[in-house]
Amino acid sequence: MIVENLRSLGHRIVNTVWRIGYASRFFMLILLYSGTSFRRFHLIIKEIFASGVMSLIIILVAGLFVGMVLGLQGYETLKRYGSESALGSLVALSLVRELGPVLAALLFASRAGSAMTAEIGLMKATEQISAMALMAINPMARLVAPRFWAGVISVPLLTALFSVMGVFGGYMVGVVLIGVDQGSFWSQMQAGVDFRYDIVNGMIKSFVFGVAVTVIALFEGYDAPPTAEGVSGATTRTVVQSSLAILFLDFILTAFMFQGE
Amino acid sequence: MSSQALVEIRDVHFGYDSRLILKGANLTFPKGKVIAVMGGSGSGKTTLLQLIAGALKPSSGYVKVDGQVIHKLDHKDLFRMRRRMGMLFQFGALFTDMSVYDNVAFQMREHTDLPEEMIRDLVLMKLHAVGLRGTHHLMPAELSGGMARRVALARTVALDPTLIMYDEPFTGLDPISLSVVANLIRRLNDALGATSVVVTHDVQESLKIVDYIYFIADGVVAAEGTPDEIRASDMPFVHQFMHGEIDGPVPFHYPSGDYGQDLNLRPDR
Ligand SMILES: Nc1ncnc2c1ncn2[C@@H]1O[C@H](COP(=O)(O)OP(=O)(O)O)[C@@H](O)[C@H]1O
Ligand SMILES: [Mg+2]
Repeated sequence: MIVENLRSLGHRIVNTVWRIGYASRFFMLILLYSGTSFRRFHLIIKEIFASGVMSLIIILVAGLFVGMVLGLQGYETLKRYGSESALGSLVALSLVRELGPVLAALLFASRAGSAMTAEIGLMKATEQISAMALMAINPMARLVAPRFWAGVISVPLLTALFSVMGVFGGYMVGVVLIGVDQGSFWSQMQAGVDFRYDIVNGMIKSFVFGVAVTVIALFEGYDAPPTAEGVSGATTRTVVQSSLAILFLDFILTAFMFQGE
Repeated sequence: MSSQALVEIRDVHFGYDSRLILKGANLTFPKGKVIAVMGGSGSGKTTLLQLIAGALKPSSGYVKVDGQVIHKLDHKDLFRMRRRMGMLFQFGALFTDMSVYDNVAFQMREHTDLPEEMIRDLVLMKLHAVGLRGTHHLMPAELSGGMARRVALARTVALDPTLIMYDEPFTGLDPISLSVVANLIRRLNDALGATSVVVTHDVQESLKIVDYIYFIADGVVAAEGTPDEIRASDMPFVHQFMHGEIDGPVPFHYPSGDYGQDLNLRPDR
């Protein structure tokens, strides 16, 4: 019994390592075949439109709500210490450092990432990818790389929008609804948020998450068995794996970036 | 004839994993002809097309196209060779995220520097040749099966290939679309001066349009001949295939153990 469990555990670990290896190789190939995408930038623009704009509404709405919740909870806590005036700083720092990059990437993964997997998987299942290769056009260069760069560009932009909406939500609840002083809300925010330390680090995070999510989504689609079950399984795996990857990478990056100063 | 051959397949062996699918196939496709390749499902017809296109490598033997051994070409030369080939996939494989127009224009835009006005004229000419000029603004999902197949046909010949391969072009078509597509295959071949290979199950329809027929069974060419020779043939294999008989040299039963034993019947009862 124990031996069997150990064996299956070992098998799964080996399998996982193999897949990570394949995915890394896939990532290298994307970079190798990225030339076309940059020479023909409209290919990327089209994909930014498809995946970025698709996630826009959900990002804006989610950002607003998260900011409003931050306003409420932050006020509750700060009031105990009599420092409600620091609300602006708290809302902005939470968003810029953590919630913006992480939540925007999670939303992007479940909205655009899963769609990317399904699209590429279906293209493979219906032989569109083989057809392209037989037309002497490299599918990595023509299909995969533009989607990758579109994701890598979209995620930081969406993250910025998420944070802006969040700050606006916090302002609505904190200042307009509860009545925290408007002047101190903004001035505390301005004083509390450092460009290099907070904003740049937040953007680096969202860039890394963007790379992780799109590589996982494209790899799962390209690797999906060419059947209906194969594609639906791959879509689920994209959401699960990219969510875990985002949270794991967030921990690592946070540990390196914010060591308390 | 061999100097006139566009494709020569010589003693090709190929297997996925360890199971051999092709065991010494020999076929010759002369220039300008339409050739049918027939055989049961799983007999390796698609595999054969993939070998010609260089998507797979034979484990021994070779495929020559226009005098060049396909599996010896490097990546660049292989891609150059593929530009002269067109392949129609079983279900068309149209790009679902592009309109009919963009599908047909795709290779022209990728492989040539033609100005957009000229591409427009060419696309409309190709669509006109398959009778579907009026559909250029539609998306593939808006087409019927027969129309999608014809659009795919227009896309396949977009760059006037010298070798056109069709993988079961008649599957799932109603009888009218079927003979429309069959006649298009013949007409396009002759108009372009190309060579065509049609992989199909449809014996009756293809006998009308092709110049030569190969039957593949058990990894080798089991029979071959012109349509007249095939019609006159009394080979049991050809007979079974032509008339769709259920059992014959191609067995109905997948190899299996003793039926009685599988049902737990005792021989002594
Ligand atoms: N990628 C593959 N991996 C393993 N086996 C395959 C693969 N593709 C096809 N086969 C097997 O090879 C045999 C021939 O396939 P194929 O050439 O597609 O046959 P056909 O087109 O004549 O129906 C079949 O038994 C099929 O199961
Ligand atoms: Mg086949």
